[in-house]
Amino acid sequence: MQFDSLTDFLNMGGYAFYVWLSYGITVFSLATLIFFSVRQKRKILIEISKKMQREERLKANRSNQ
Amino acid sequence: MWKWLHSYADPQRAYNLSGTLLPWFATLAIAFIGVGSVWGLLFAPVDYQQGDSYRIIFIHVPAASMSMSAYMAMATSAFIGLVWQIKSADWAAAAIAPIGAVVTFIALITGAAWGKPMWGTWWVWDARLTSELVLLFLYLGVISLYASFEDKVLAARAAGILAIVGVINIPIIKYSVEWWNSLHQPATIKITEKSSMAPEMLYPLLINIFGFGLMIGAITLVRFRAEILARNGMRPWVRELAKAEGVK
Repeated sequence: MQFDSLTDFLNMGGYAFYVWLSYGITVFSLATLIFFSVRQKRKILIEISKKMQREERLKANRSNQ
Repeated sequence: MWKWLHSYADPQRAYNLSGTLLPWFATLAIAFIGVGSVWGLLFAPVDYQQGDSYRIIFIHVPAASMSMSAYMAMATSAFIGLVWQIKSADWAAAAIAPIGAVVTFIALITGAAWGKPMWGTWWVWDARLTSELVLLFLYLGVISLYASFEDKVLAARAAGILAIVGVINIPIIKYSVEWWNSLHQPATIKITEKSSMAPEMLYPLLINIFGFGLMIGAITLVRFRAEILARNGMRPWVRELAKAEGVK
């Protein structure tokens, strides 16, 4: 372990701002990317199922006439 | 000899195979990046010149090197899609592009945050930095071209040509620090000779580089699966999935 205490660790030898800025932006942008990537699948499947319902409605209306 | 590969171009098989591979990639990526980052932040020794600011290296170098590897992967997929008309390859290229853009963005931002305390400036228009910025624009170009066409076969062709032409930028990034005078230091990790870096610093760095590769692989699989579903909305097997997970 290179640091004596948590404050020492957070201080990063005086470079706290730059080091934590780098790690912070990295975590934030990767988390955002992963969030939107994982959400895609559900969104697409819901879209497809809505389309299927629309098609079925159309088919039902056609057979009523 | 390679004929068995063809069956994996089938969307359903590609979808299922990606689903099988995904947990492995995700778990290993988390493990590697976890170990590499904790090691790098807490246990790697302080640099005698740069103090603790150098700890940015443990994300900067993995992001920068993987931004180029991801580009090569995307361009290779685009090439396969363009030459052999394999649609799955086009979808893979489309899946990688946004990931590459984010990783390139990370490489640029962490580079700036490291440059400020060490060089005294956030940014200089020198060869390494500028060519890496061009890489970001290439990724953004591929993303927007692919999004611009309703017909995704046409979209993949346009985006694919841009991706392939953009490969010229990769050796420029790689050798920029040797061809031109640059504030940026030359490579510390060398494959053919001894790396100019202490092993206590090098190991966590290599672990994180590998971890970033695995992470890009994992996110690619997630996006590739979504892309397969989006492009195959008329297929019965996709409609089954949609019925199971869609609105009731």
